[in-house]
Amino acid sequence: MVSRVTDDYEAMVTAGCRAVCEPAFWAGYDRSGVQGFYDYFCQLTDYEPKRAAKFGLPHFTWLCINPKESEDVKLADEVLSIIPHFLSRENVLGIGEIGLNKNTRNELKVLEQHIDLAARHDQMILVHTPHLEDKRKGTRLILDALKADSRIKPERVIIDHVEEHTIQMVLDEGFWAGITLYPESKTTPPRAIDMFEVYGGQRVWLNSACDWGRSDPLAVPKTAIEMRRRGHSEETIDALIHGNPVRFLSQNPRFTVR
Amino acid sequence: MTRQQVLDLYFMDARSKLIDIAAFLDRVDRASGDADFRLKAFRQALTELQKDEAIRAKGVLDSLSDPTAEPIEKAPGKGAVGAWPGSH
Repeated sequence: MVSRVTDDYEAMVTAGCRAVCEPAFWAGYDRSGVQGFYDYFCQLTDYEPKRAAKFGLPHFTWLCINPKESEDVKLADEVLSIIPHFLSRENVLGIGEIGLNKNTRNELKVLEQHIDLAARHDQMILVHTPHLEDKRKGTRLILDALKADSRIKPERVIIDHVEEHTIQMVLDEGFWAGITLYPESKTTPPRAIDMFEVYGGQRVWLNSACDWGRSDPLAVPKTAIEMRRRGHSEETIDALIHGNPVRFLSQNPRFTVR
Repeated sequence: MTRQQVLDLYFMDARSKLIDIAAFLDRVDRASGDADFRLKAFRQALTELQKDEAIRAKGVLDSLSDPTAEPIEKAPGKGAVGAWPGSH
């Protein structure tokens, strides 16, 4: 996790986490050129797996140019051209986190290019949905873009950061829905469990954010504690927080957990 | 869970957040100058809490969301502010 200290890996292992899946995302600033992405992809596929392995934590990753930098279509073209070079790295799960940020035409164009890249290379997809007031509209635009490409299998795509106003449309279209746990924005553990109880857990998974801002790498294990407080069985908890991500990610044979 | 169990688990947390909202609105009232569109959007979202159906969280999120359907030409910036400046 490029934005976190090594202690976070140790804490995750201590809390029972079995693997970490890190999407390519914004660095907190715009990279100045394609070489910055090349170095970043090397970090994600070489250095970070070794750092996590020191604590026995398998590290997997997703590659893309993130939506916050997709407004620059020339840069996006250059980054898209180097991604295939990294797809054969052993910890790469697919293309992500792609999606939209402010729902612009350029972002949408780059999203469609990523979808095409994933289809041509038979890659799974992790999708970032926009923040706050932009989420509902952006989620609809993303779903439409994915459904417009007949090569894309919804069961191999997870739409992340769903909330109460977007989860239904994601599940209705046959995709997996990711609920991202944050202390302030996105979803708290009680709300995540509410959504699980209302919409079911067939194609839902929970994930912790390990961001530059306030976020908690242990949010998933803490949500397990919250589920116990509500009286959910150990079997139900395990199916949601461990079984579901394993079931989704195992569609890529590279993904294994001990 | 029974309603009693839900109250036992979550009432104090919800009470605390409710008072925080009340104190926030008081703070805004005491402050000087004009408020931007977010205050109106916030007050509008609060009306969702009075509805009878158990879809209030969705209602609040919808109320604060951009209701348009077409992509915009250019990003005004990278961030989001939590409310849509237009009228629903």
